[in-house]
Amino acid sequence: MDIAREVLNIVVVGHVDHGKSTVIGRLLYDTKSLPEGAIDRVKRIAKEKGKPFEYAYLLDAFEEEQKQGITIDTTQLQFRTDKRDYVIIDAPGHKEFLKNMISGAASAEAALLIIDANEGIQEQSKRHGYILSLLGIQKAYVLVNKMDLIQYSEEKFNAIKQEMNEFLTSLHVYPLKYIPVSAFHGENITASSDKMPWYKGEPVLKAIDLFEKDKGLEGKPLRFPIQDVYKFDSRRIIAGRIEAGTLRTGDEILISPSNKVTKVKSIEYWVEKDKVDQISAGMSVGITVEDEFFNQRGEFISHTYDAPITSDTFKVSLFWMGKNDLVKNKEYKLKLATQEVECEIYAINKVIDATTLENLENASQAKTNDVAEVTIKTKREICFDEFRNNQNTGRFVIVDGYDVCGGGIVTGLAQERQSVSKFLKQDDEITAKCFDEYYYVFTEGGIKKIEGVPHSFSLGDVIPSTGVTYEYPADFNVVDIRTGLIAIIRKSKLQDIISMKLLTYEQSPFIDSQGAFIKIHSEEDFNNFAADLEKLQQSEISRTAAFANQWFDFMKFRQIRYLTATKSLEIEYQI
Amino acid sequence: MDHLDRLEAQSIFILREAYKKFGKLGMLWSIGKDSTVMLWLAKKAFFGHCPFPFIHVDTTHKIPEMIAFRDRMAKEYNIELIVHTNQEALDAGMGPDKGRLVCCKALKTDGLQQVVTKYEFEGLILGIRRDEEGSRSKERVFSERNKDSEWDYTNQAPELWDQFKTDFPKGNHIRVHPILHWNEMDIWAYIEREKIELVDLYFAKNGKRYRSLGCAPCTGQIDSNAVTVAQIIEELKNTKVGERAGRAQDQEDSYAMQKLRKDGYM
Repeated sequence: MDIAREVLNIVVVGHVDHGKSTVIGRLLYDTKSLPEGAIDRVKRIAKEKGKPFEYAYLLDAFEEEQKQGITIDTTQLQFRTDKRDYVIIDAPGHKEFLKNMISGAASAEAALLIIDANEGIQEQSKRHGYILSLLGIQKAYVLVNKMDLIQYSEEKFNAIKQEMNEFLTSLHVYPLKYIPVSAFHGENITASSDKMPWYKGEPVLKAIDLFEKDKGLEGKPLRFPIQDVYKFDSRRIIAGRIEAGTLRTGDEILISPSNKVTKVKSIEYWVEKDKVDQISAGMSVGITVEDEFFNQRGEFISHTYDAPITSDTFKVSLFWMGKNDLVKNKEYKLKLATQEVECEIYAINKVIDATTLENLENASQAKTNDVAEVTIKTKREICFDEFRNNQNTGRFVIVDGYDVCGGGIVTGLAQERQSVSKFLKQDDEITAKCFDEYYYVFTEGGIKKIEGVPHSFSLGDVIPSTGVTYEYPADFNVVDIRTGLIAIIRKSKLQDIISMKLLTYEQSPFIDSQGAFIKIHSEEDFNNFAADLEKLQQSEISRTAAFANQWFDFMKFRQIRYLTATKSLEIEYQI
Repeated sequence: MDHLDRLEAQSIFILREAYKKFGKLGMLWSIGKDSTVMLWLAKKAFFGHCPFPFIHVDTTHKIPEMIAFRDRMAKEYNIELIVHTNQEALDAGMGPDKGRLVCCKALKTDGLQQVVTKYEFEGLILGIRRDEEGSRSKERVFSERNKDSEWDYTNQAPELWDQFKTDFPKGNHIRVHPILHWNEMDIWAYIEREKIELVDLYFAKNGKRYRSLGCAPCTGQIDSNAVTVAQIIEELKNTKVGERAGRAQDQEDSYAMQKLRKDGYM
C-alpha cells in the first residue's frame, strides 16, 4: 500500500443514454478493478430481468435504476492506474436528477463529458457543460461515444468536436482533449483502437493520467473558518479546517468580521505523533490563541495582512435546484464555509437558459435547473473571497425550507454601488472626499485612506460631520477647488450649493472637498483666497501644490489613527 | 499531506459538523474495524474526549470475543456506552432460522430504531463505506431518515462542497457517515499507521480469520494466515473476493442490502 499515491476525483457527465455508466463500467472491468462476483452478479441480474448484459449495472445498484436502465443517483467508485488512484463519479443524465448530478460533480476536480456520436450534442450535454464551468472544473475531456454507430467516421467526429468546442469556449471551459470511443466495444478505452487509426491521441485510460492535479492551496492567503470552539478541559480550542494557506505557532492572526487581532499560542493534538508547529490547507486542526476573545463558528481566521472580503452584498452566479422558484423578497438561508446567515435576493440580474446561453429578459425568478446571475444581500456581514481567487471560500449554497436548493459562486461585489460621496443640487455636484478616513497602518507601514460609505447628499440631507478620524463643526463650507462651487452646511445639513462668487462671507470655516481647513479667518482672507483660486484655475496644474501649501491646513479637523491591519473594508450596498 | 492524512482530515471535519449541529448525537459502534477506526477519529477530532455516547445494537448472536473486547475498550477509551437489544423480538423467538433478512430487520434495524426513538437522536454516526456494496455507494455523508428510519433513496438531497443537510423536520434523523469515502485498504493502512487495537477475530487462527464481522450464525471466515495488520494488507492486495462475501444476509437477494437499508438498516 503506497499511501503517498495521489487520488484524483473525476466525474463523468453528459446527456441521458449517451453512455456514462457504460464508460465507467468498462474502465472498471478492463482495469480489473471489480471484485470477483461483481460481473457474475450483474449477469445474473440481467438474466433475471430478461435484459442483455449492461456494464452500467455495475454502477446503477438500485433496483429501480436497473429496471428502468437509468442512473438516478450519483455513485463513487475507486480504481487505480500505475500512476495514481481514482475516484470515478457517475452522474445521472436525466434533467430531473440534475441535483444528483451536481452532488456528484461538486466533489470532482476533473470531468469526462460524454456525447453520443449518433445523437450528437443534446440539451444535457450543454447544461452539464455549463454546470462544470460554474463548479470551477476546468480540466475536462470530451468523449465522443458510440463511434461504432457512425462507422468510426472521423468526419462526423470532427463535426461534433467543432460544435461542442464553440459552446464550451463561450463558457470558458476548454476541453483538453476530444477522444472518440466505443465504450461498449471497448474501443479507445484502455488501448488505442485499430478501428480509428486516424485518431492519434491517447485512449481514455492513458489520457486521464495526464490530468494534472491542482496544487498550491498551501501558498494562498490563510483562510481558517472557525468550525467550533471546544472547552472539554482547561484548553479553549478553536477547531476547524484550513481552507487555504499555512499557519504557524506564534503567527499574528486577524479574526473577521469581528476584527480582532491575536496570536496563535499553540497547535493542539491528541496523540503525540501529531504534534506540529505548522498547519496548512486541507487539515482539520485545533489551535489556542493568546487573547481569549469570544469566538464563534463562522468567523474567519486569516493573517492580518491578507484578510478576506467582508460584506453583506455581493454578486453571484448560481444554479437553482429547488422545487419552488428562486424569487426576490423571500428569506433564504445562505451557507458559506462554516457561516450561516439569512439572506434575500436583492436583484435578479440575469437568468440564463443553460442550453442555449440565451438570457431570459427581465426574468423575475429562476426556475428549477436555471442558471442565474443575482445580487444577494445577507442580514449581517459575512466573510468570503471571490471564487476566482479562492474556490473554497468563494462558493455557497442556499437553503429553502429544509433543503439545499441552490449553489453558487461569488463573482464580485455589487458594482451598482456608487463609488464616491457627492453633494447634489440639480445639475451642480461636488465630490465629497471630506468623509474619508485616514489611518496609519502598522502592517503596511504607511498612511492609508479608507473611503467613507458612498452617499449622495441632496439639499436638506444630514451629513456625517463627525467620523472616526475627522470632526467638522455644525456650520461650515466645502469648497470645490476644481469648479469653484461651494457646499454650504448649516446645522450639519446641506443647505445649498452656490458658486463661490455669489457667496457672502460669514464666519463659518471653509474646508476643501478633501476635508482640509482653508486658512480663511476674515473677509479679507476670503477675498484673497477667491482671487488666488481664480488665478489657479487659469494657470497650470503644477501650481496646485504651492497653492495648497499656502492655504490648506489638512490636520485642523482631522487626525490620523493607528490601525494594526486594514481589512478590505467594503462598502455597503447603497439602497 | 498524504492520502491517509486527507481521509482523516475529512472524517474529522464531518464528525465536528455532526457534533456542532445535532444536540442529540450518538455513534454506532459495531466493535468491527470500521467503527473502531471511527472511535479513534472521534478521539482525535475532540482532542482525547468523546462528547457523545456510543451505541451497540446487540443481537445477542454476536461472537463472544466481540463483547469482551467492547467492554474492555469502552473502559480504556472512557466512553459512554449504550447497549440495546430488541428483547421483545428475542422473546418472540426471533433468530436467523426465521430467515436471515427477517432476522436482520428485527434484531438490527428495529433494534436501532428503538434506540433512536428512546433517546430521541437527531444524528446517528455510522461507519459505512461506499466501497462495501451498491446501495452504500450511493449514500450521502449526511443522509436523512424519516421518523420510521426509512431512507427515501430515489430522492436524496443535494450535497455539495461539504455543506451537509442539517435542516429537517422534527422526528426525522440524520445518518452521518464520516468514513464513507474510505475503502477497505485505507482502513487497514490507517489501523497500521495509528496502531489501533482491534478485536483479534480479524487475525488468523488455525488458517482462518474473519474479514468482516457480524453475527456468529451469518458471518463466515476466510482462509488466511495473516496474523498482523501488515500481513492482512498484503493479503488484501492479492484478493479478488469481495469484503462482504462472508456476510450471508447480503447474498439472500440481488437487492438484499438495498431492501434492508431502505427500512433503516445501517
